[in-house]
Amino acid sequence: MSTLTDVPTGKTKREVIEQAVIRFAGDSGDGMQITGSQFTNTVALYGNDMATFPDYPAEIRAPAGTEPGVSGYQINFSSNEVHTPGDSIDVLIAMNPAALKVNVGDLKPNGILIVNADAFTEGDLRKARLTTNPLDDHSLDKFRVFPVELERLTRAALQHLGIDAKAMDRCKNFFALGMCYWLYNRSMEPTVRWIEGKFKKKPLLAEANALALKAGYSYCEATEAFQISYEIPPAQLTPGLYRNISGNQAIALGLVAAASKAGIRLFLGSYPITPASDILHELSQYKDFGVLTFQAEDEIAAITSAIGASYAGALAVTTTSGPGMALKTEALGLAVMTELPLIICDIQRGGPSTGLPTKTEQADLLQAMFGRNSEAPIPVLAPATPGDCFWITVEACKIALKYMVPVIILSDGYLANGAEPWQIPKVEDMPEFSVTYATDPATYLPYKRDPDTLARPWAIPGTPGLEHRIGGLEKQDVTGNINYEPLNHENMVRIRAAKIQAITQDVPPAVPAGDQEGDLLIVSWGSTFGAITQSVKAHRGKGRKIGHLHLRYLNPFPENLGEVLKRYKKVLVPELNMGQLSWMLRAKFLVDAMGLNKIQGRPFKQNELDQKIEEVLGL
Amino acid sequence: MTTAAFPPLTKKDFQTDQEVRWCPGCGDYAILAAVQAVFPELGIRRENFVVVSGIGCSSRFPYYMNTYGFHSIHGRAPAVASGIKIAHPELEVWVATGDGDALAIGGNHTIHMLRRNVGIKVLLFNNRIYGLTKGQYSPTSEFHKVTKSTPFGSPDRPFNPVSLAIGAEATFVARSVDVFQSHLKDVLRAAAVHKGSAFVEILQNCNIFNDGAWDGVTEKEARSEHVIMLEHGKPLVFGKNKDKGIHRKSDGDIEVIALGNGFTEADLVVHDAHHPRPSYAFLLSHMEHRPGFPTPIGVFRAWDDLPRYEDVINEQVRDVIAKKGPGDLNKLLRAGDIWEVK
Repeated sequence: MSTLTDVPTGKTKREVIEQAVIRFAGDSGDGMQITGSQFTNTVALYGNDMATFPDYPAEIRAPAGTEPGVSGYQINFSSNEVHTPGDSIDVLIAMNPAALKVNVGDLKPNGILIVNADAFTEGDLRKARLTTNPLDDHSLDKFRVFPVELERLTRAALQHLGIDAKAMDRCKNFFALGMCYWLYNRSMEPTVRWIEGKFKKKPLLAEANALALKAGYSYCEATEAFQISYEIPPAQLTPGLYRNISGNQAIALGLVAAASKAGIRLFLGSYPITPASDILHELSQYKDFGVLTFQAEDEIAAITSAIGASYAGALAVTTTSGPGMALKTEALGLAVMTELPLIICDIQRGGPSTGLPTKTEQADLLQAMFGRNSEAPIPVLAPATPGDCFWITVEACKIALKYMVPVIILSDGYLANGAEPWQIPKVEDMPEFSVTYATDPATYLPYKRDPDTLARPWAIPGTPGLEHRIGGLEKQDVTGNINYEPLNHENMVRIRAAKIQAITQDVPPAVPAGDQEGDLLIVSWGSTFGAITQSVKAHRGKGRKIGHLHLRYLNPFPENLGEVLKRYKKVLVPELNMGQLSWMLRAKFLVDAMGLNKIQGRPFKQNELDQKIEEVLGL
Repeated sequence: MTTAAFPPLTKKDFQTDQEVRWCPGCGDYAILAAVQAVFPELGIRRENFVVVSGIGCSSRFPYYMNTYGFHSIHGRAPAVASGIKIAHPELEVWVATGDGDALAIGGNHTIHMLRRNVGIKVLLFNNRIYGLTKGQYSPTSEFHKVTKSTPFGSPDRPFNPVSLAIGAEATFVARSVDVFQSHLKDVLRAAAVHKGSAFVEILQNCNIFNDGAWDGVTEKEARSEHVIMLEHGKPLVFGKNKDKGIHRKSDGDIEVIALGNGFTEADLVVHDAHHPRPSYAFLLSHMEHRPGFPTPIGVFRAWDDLPRYEDVINEQVRDVIAKKGPGDLNKLLRAGDIWEVK
């Protein structure tokens, strides 16, 4: 294809801009997730800061060309700090009328709209329930519309390869990607490399996809279709080594890192569930780290096998989402009662019941806190960003092993699939932590506690002289023998609660970003971090006295939290639920926390936060 | 884990200081005695035994065994035990469970553990009743059985635990009876030497809520007339006078024939517990439901050529490490495309 790529540069203008938001949208079979993640990888490698938002339907292949089948991938990339995937978009690539219809509302006026002109036949319009053709009816007049015959042009570029039309059409997403690379002056090299790796065993398909990519790029160059191209210089990130990482990848890496640091085996018991399955996929690859992965027969076996592995001395983990959490409830109580270390990753999704499997939500907080019979407290940690999923996982493992407790990590679909540049730590710089198994029969008693942590000793089968029995029945303190005495039970309930409170010594004090006192404190947790950070920054830039406290520890809370809450006139808690953290803050601190609650399966937009902050401040 | 020689263990070494709290006369005492008698014979250090249970009368078992023990939650013992075994394949893991625990609430875990061939020994105490909840019918209770929850008779058709285990292609399946002490010990010994999953149904009496549950097997007359002992390599003969046996018909089915009148032992099925396929054992497991047929006890199937699940998983790890070397965490974190910001 040298003839195409060697077309001399035309008379197009090149403009340097700070930031852009681009969204690829098409059928769930159109390869939009691959296209988006390739674009992401390329801009990340170039050194932009970025945040992504993959948004796909629960159906693997909903009827082609219909609205429910539309899959999208949005990237915000910038020469400055980026915290969110962006509220509105600068460039929309719509592979069919349904994708156009679902997404065009988010396109900025005068935004660039690239549409696959070959997919606007009468039949295609009917599938999208459109009565007129948007390409002709002037409904798109406020945008810069570029109808491109993606199928015809892709076929023309691939014709000589001798592959069938269907296979050629499957390459059209790379044609569109090539166009975007031209538009933002990006190298095609990382994607070509990826294609070559991906289709190693099918060289013809590798060639076809790479050719389609290059053809899209050359098409822009040759036709001068856009007349303008953009340059977004690299961002000034903290110096260091970076990679692109999604939340689920980060959790998997955090688990391997923690097990490796602690010098023990990692065991994962898991049952596939959206959006958590990627952690199982990742960990099942890391056999060279001695990772044992067990795809169990159900959610209950997933957690109970992990409890068994923990009893046998492994760093045991189970990964799931809300419906799976519900099934694991009884076993969580067993882990509390037997005081064994265990990591439970709940990658939240819209609910209740099956709910919105592929959409994000933060509505499992109270389930994580209280969703068990009787008094069964469990530490709960929540990561703020995809990259933070790594660190929160390491911290969760440390707590589980130090205090001999199950620990819940509350991530969500947005963090799980979203990606950001992540500064890679050096293993040597990571916090050390050690695990000690009991070995001395002279001093061993199953429930004899460490005075500082209240942790009981971990004696694993195979250790001579420490044979002992544990289980779900109430224990006598110290001996661990079955005991039904009233006062012993109350004592044990209180000890289990005190043990969770003792973790506070390892929870960093709450320090709000921005103003340390003032008119408004915004308290948040989980994946809303980015959008709120951006909104608070904008308001403080206008001189408003606002603090932002993002909680990574939800149980126990930081020790000084009550005191921090009192330093502000008002407290606002934006959450993707009906107000679960505000409920906890109100209950514990008697503070008049207000909520901003969105339950649409989607993250906050900055303007939603901006409006609420102005309303609360009375502006 | 230590493997060096160690002083011989006795029954006493496996007894705990905990007061045994089964009802006086319960069949569980006999099972406990048999297990405590067999464990010291196995040449395994006490600290390498783990006894896991679910919920129910039988599931109190771990508290009375001076080994490592885990009294888990209802139905989940096979899953807890699988986690232990995968994480620590050298351990000798036994599960004590009941008909409700293993076949109702935990049925799913039971069949999946068996199909995977995890090297766990399962003792299913079958008393055909829910004892700990005081007398409701169980998945092995007879059709039409009157219990507290079925005053007009049970509408459920029961599971045959042996058929179920063979259906899940368990590699070792046996049956014994609480009061047949020496037979029970023989079966436990056979289960102990089996490498893969070993499933033992133990017919057990609940003298409080289902007394006489197995009279049809254990009464003196019944024992000699209606029970057939399965012994590998021996003909399937039964009856007080050893005058009846099991004959294979030309259509593959079996029938009971009386010896004499032209039939000799040569016409009887010779028991083959080591057959690689489960169909023959399944046929045997169903005979007790047919009029005139005896109840088989002993080892139905003991085919040990299938790799154990925990070995397969751990071998994959060893193979990858042999091929790639042990994982380097710094390299893993830096996998894929990386870039440096200066």
